Amino acid sequence: MSSKIRVVIGKPGLDGHDRGAKIVARALRDSGMEVIYTGLHQTPESIVEIALQEDANAIGLSVLSGAHNHLFRKILDLLKMKNAEDIVVFGGGIIPDDDAKALMEEGVIGIFGPGTPLDEIVSFVKDNVKVIE
Amino acid sequence: MTDEKKTLSNIKIPEKSDSKMSPSVLEQSDAGEFPFTRGVYPTMYRGKKWTMRQYSGFSTAEETNKRFHLLLKRGQTGLSTAFDLPTQMGLDSDDPLSEGEVGKVGVAIDTVEDMKQLFEGIDLSKISTSMTINAPAIILLAMYAVVAEESGIDPKLISGTIQNDILKEYVARGTYIFPPKPSMRLITDIFEYCSENYPKFNTISISGYHIREAGSTAVQELAFTLANAREYVRAAITKGLDIDKFAPRLSFFFNAHNDFLKEIAKFRAARRMWAKMMRDEFHAKNEKTMRLRFHTQTGGSTLTAQQPENNIVRVTLQALAAVMGGTQSLHTNSMDEALALPTDKAATIALRTQQIIAEESGVTNFIDPFGGSYYIEWLTDQLEEKASDLIRQVEEIGVLEAINQGFIQREIQESAFQYQLSIDRKDRKIVGMNSYIQENKEEYDLLTVDESVREDQILKLQQIKRKRDSDAVAKALKELETASTGETNLFPLVLEAVRLRATIGEISGSLRKVWGKYQAPITI
Repeated sequence: MSSKIRVVIGKPGLDGHDRGAKIVARALRDSGMEVIYTGLHQTPESIVEIALQEDANAIGLSVLSGAHNHLFRKILDLLKMKNAEDIVVFGGGIIPDDDAKALMEEGVIGIFGPGTPLDEIVSFVKDNVKVIE
Repeated sequence: MTDEKKTLSNIKIPEKSDSKMSPSVLEQSDAGEFPFTRGVYPTMYRGKKWTMRQYSGFSTAEETNKRFHLLLKRGQTGLSTAFDLPTQMGLDSDDPLSEGEVGKVGVAIDTVEDMKQLFEGIDLSKISTSMTINAPAIILLAMYAVVAEESGIDPKLISGTIQNDILKEYVARGTYIFPPKPSMRLITDIFEYCSENYPKFNTISISGYHIREAGSTAVQELAFTLANAREYVRAAITKGLDIDKFAPRLSFFFNAHNDFLKEIAKFRAARRMWAKMMRDEFHAKNEKTMRLRFHTQTGGSTLTAQQPENNIVRVTLQALAAVMGGTQSLHTNSMDEALALPTDKAATIALRTQQIIAEESGVTNFIDPFGGSYYIEWLTDQLEEKASDLIRQVEEIGVLEAINQGFIQREIQESAFQYQLSIDRKDRKIVGMNSYIQENKEEYDLLTVDESVREDQILKLQQIKRKRDSDAVAKALKELETASTGETNLFPLVLEAVRLRATIGEISGSLRKVWGKYQAPITI
């Protein structure tokens, strides 16, 4: 049984900016994690579905379209509904500080804005995402 | 011996000018002469300055109309419309997929009534408007024409640009709807219809901007943009259109990134490459066909969220490169765009930056002032050569197949990843971000768009649906659906549906039913 961290990198909503999502996906994979990238234009439902199917330990969301409040919350709610709150959620994009703070209070474990070095994200995921055997 | 220097495109920069770096030919032709390296017009900014065209749009049509009037009052000379993502994806505001997105990255448009409100008090026969709209471009252009029509303006007089560049959506920007084949058909239908009916409208803006923003180098930006351009030209010729009729209305859109001198050379190389391609490969006779006219936007991804005021300086340098490179129109980014959409104040400073370059700096007094510099001429040659090599690689696979296989996407991603690594390793210093860091974090006023915008849009949409002739709408939509399986030009049918107040979601829905949705290959 592999004890690799499994992460779904998701692009929820209509946003087409995937430069950041793909770079983070690659950095996590290069650091030894299993990474599943969803591609663009996913609904919150489909991202949660993929995470469940793939036995993911974490979902990383990228939103640059301003729809983060709706989309992050929807995904947290769906995880709760499916009794899958052991899958942790982190993310990044253009997310104003006040919104990031509120989302963190509601359960998102980390939000990374523009200019974050990749090492910081990789270490964060390693330290905060646990593989449940 | 100094450290070895390379440009972002990995071109080794010689230490000093010597015979070895001497360009093959110092550009001998003047501006306004083939191959137009020095500029597309003989007088350039001595005759007419570039159009100052700030990309803007958010919330409702009413709110954006206010921003348009503000920018015009402050001296902007053209309009540029940002649409929200539901509009760009051909969805109505009440579509479940639009939740959370209405009015966020641009203005929400559901029917021609919104479009009317957007341009309220603006004379469409006098001001030119650029619209960043791609997959459903045919619908938004039809709406714009109907606004003119219903306000008593001859649609022949409307001028501006629709982006209408689907190929770069597949590889870099991500707002595609239909698969490539029917998308290319929509584009050539637009070319054909506009050359007769809206002769002053640029029918496409073939965009390297987003390719660069997705992380490409300058060489890749040039190569993939021109490869896409050639694909559009071929599609139009296959449809039976005359190159010297449709191609003069093709326009381009490039990024102005950080490497000041190389960006200048890039714009010069682009003009030369296009002119040669049009004359030598497509046998164009009309000089207008050979002139590469372009819009420039400063590089959004170069902006930092840290110490955002520094972005004013970055934007100034990038804007200056665009002007030295002979751009026809320019958008300067606002300093706060790594944080949110720009506030009124930030948007005004961005416009003022262009005005200072135009009015105070004196750089508009001489055409192509860097022309004849060894370094610039050499770089122009280098960029042309390297981009031509890459175009040949794409050609061997074929543009559509290269997109299908993810070749272009992977090329861009690899550059984006290397760029990020160079920043993380601090090989590339970004002031305020990975060097000269300041810990104290200031608070900034940011523009926010209220969630209630969607509720307002939905109410408005319901009212319009109650008032319109729903049988006539259904009939028009059915006709469009039927025609989309054949080969007739779809533009008149879209116009009719728009006049009857069909929504953007309904019109794209008719096409989606027949053509389906594009399934992108996943590449990381």
